[in-house]
Amino acid sequence: MNRVVVVGAGPAGMAAARAAAATGVEVVLVDSAQGLGGQYHRRAPESLGGNEIPPIPGVRHLAATTVWALEPVPGGHRLHLRTGPADAPGRQATVLDTAALVLATGAYDRALPFPGWDLPGVFTAGAAQALAKGQKVAVGSRVLLAGTGPFLLPVAESLIGVGARVLGVLEANIPVGGWLRDPLALLAGRAKAAELARYVTMLARHRVPFRPRTTVIAAHGTDRVTEVTTARLTADWRVRPGSERRVPVDAVCVGFGFTPQLELAVAAGCRLAGEFVEVNEAQATSVAGVFAAGEITGIGGADLSEAEGVLAGLAAARLLGGQGETPRRAIAAVRAGRRFAAALDRAHPVRAGWQSWLAEDTLICRCEEVDYGALCRAVRDRDAIGVRSLKLVSRVGLGACQGRTCGRNAADLVGGLDPAGLARRPIAAPVRLGELATTPVHPNERDTS
Amino acid sequence: MRVRVDGQEKSALPGQTVAGVLLAGGRVSWRTTRNGDRPRGVFCGIGVCFDCLVVVNGVPDVRACQRVVADGDEIRTQLGAELPGSAS
Repeated sequence: MNRVVVVGAGPAGMAAARAAAATGVEVVLVDSAQGLGGQYHRRAPESLGGNEIPPIPGVRHLAATTVWALEPVPGGHRLHLRTGPADAPGRQATVLDTAALVLATGAYDRALPFPGWDLPGVFTAGAAQALAKGQKVAVGSRVLLAGTGPFLLPVAESLIGVGARVLGVLEANIPVGGWLRDPLALLAGRAKAAELARYVTMLARHRVPFRPRTTVIAAHGTDRVTEVTTARLTADWRVRPGSERRVPVDAVCVGFGFTPQLELAVAAGCRLAGEFVEVNEAQATSVAGVFAAGEITGIGGADLSEAEGVLAGLAAARLLGGQGETPRRAIAAVRAGRRFAAALDRAHPVRAGWQSWLAEDTLICRCEEVDYGALCRAVRDRDAIGVRSLKLVSRVGLGACQGRTCGRNAADLVGGLDPAGLARRPIAAPVRLGELATTPVHPNERDTS
Repeated sequence: MRVRVDGQEKSALPGQTVAGVLLAGGRVSWRTTRNGDRPRGVFCGIGVCFDCLVVVNGVPDVRACQRVVADGDEIRTQLGAELPGSAS
């Protein structure tokens, strides 16, 4: 119980673990990947020319380890872990108790549905990034990027780096207009603004067109994508009639912002603010002994995540008697970062007109193959209201991904769905029945401090 | 390292994922859906969407983007909903 446990080894989790360990308390850092870094600092394996992030002094790193359940126990929380090759049967079980938990589980791309988005060759922008950075593979040779937000730019750079030809970056909003309305926020994010300027130069050097108020509204092909339809959008993201163009591609990557990975926070009972975890100035959640840092508290990029991680790690360590100096730099970085993040959010919203891109037979839930027509019928003909009845009637969100991909979109289409309800996944990551049957009930890790 | 993909021998490097090996070899799909029998491959690439499921060493429902290959792995297409140990 007397240890800090950090879940997620991205920028926030690594910073939290480092800050907590510096006070001398026991720290365990859990992550499902092989190496440290998360999505942002993802490295290729040595065999592909990459190099690992060095271990953090004083931190025990449990790699290739999934937290599949979290339950409250007197004085803290109990984590159920499985360590071993992803989705293999018979991975090693660990039950770990902690009085000071830091959740840094991050976020994943939001993809909006459009006709043909279920064809192979349609990827999220994050997939293209992960495969380029982590596996040195280009998802295609003629690739179009579409969505909203600055994340599309580093993805374009990574794709070019692994030899893909990027045909264009289509931004559904008008980023410059959005930013000019809030020059102070731009100032707060000076480093970020310089980074953005660098990407713009990079796109120009590689002659990659950047098209505002434009997106991909359909993908075409039989067994894989071979063509897409692009269109100019109105301010509300409806298609401008007559602006449709067919473009031959072998891959298209889409990213419309990010969805926080909330299931552990929801399982712990943390209060949400909108669709993110609510935290105070020390990154404490509404639940005693549970802290949150990084993208689950709001989308703001790696620097903000790291600064939040420092605060969360220190606060968690202090709960166990650890002593550390007040992290003034991190406090200032969080303040500036949040201001920038709020401006980012205002400049790159998802606008309601996307719903007009859908056809009756466009899949909303990819796992259960529930199309837009079926979703509408569940609401109209069978009065499916609320997360539970909508799932049971339409099967939307009932598949293997547990609604991670479709939940947010279904909520927009149907209206009135509770974000915490959408992220309630008592089994936070799938386990095999054989593993469930052999789950230890009591902690099998003795406290070493 | 050597692995087999749908019966064909392929070379692989330590640290490559199943998806990395398959995509590098030009494949974009390696699963069919349960209802519509539609092809699927990588979508999210970070273990969230469960679209890239594949059968590894007779065990179905393995996320190709998350699973790191081991020498001698037997990888094959997953056809709809498969039970562990069932033949295709």
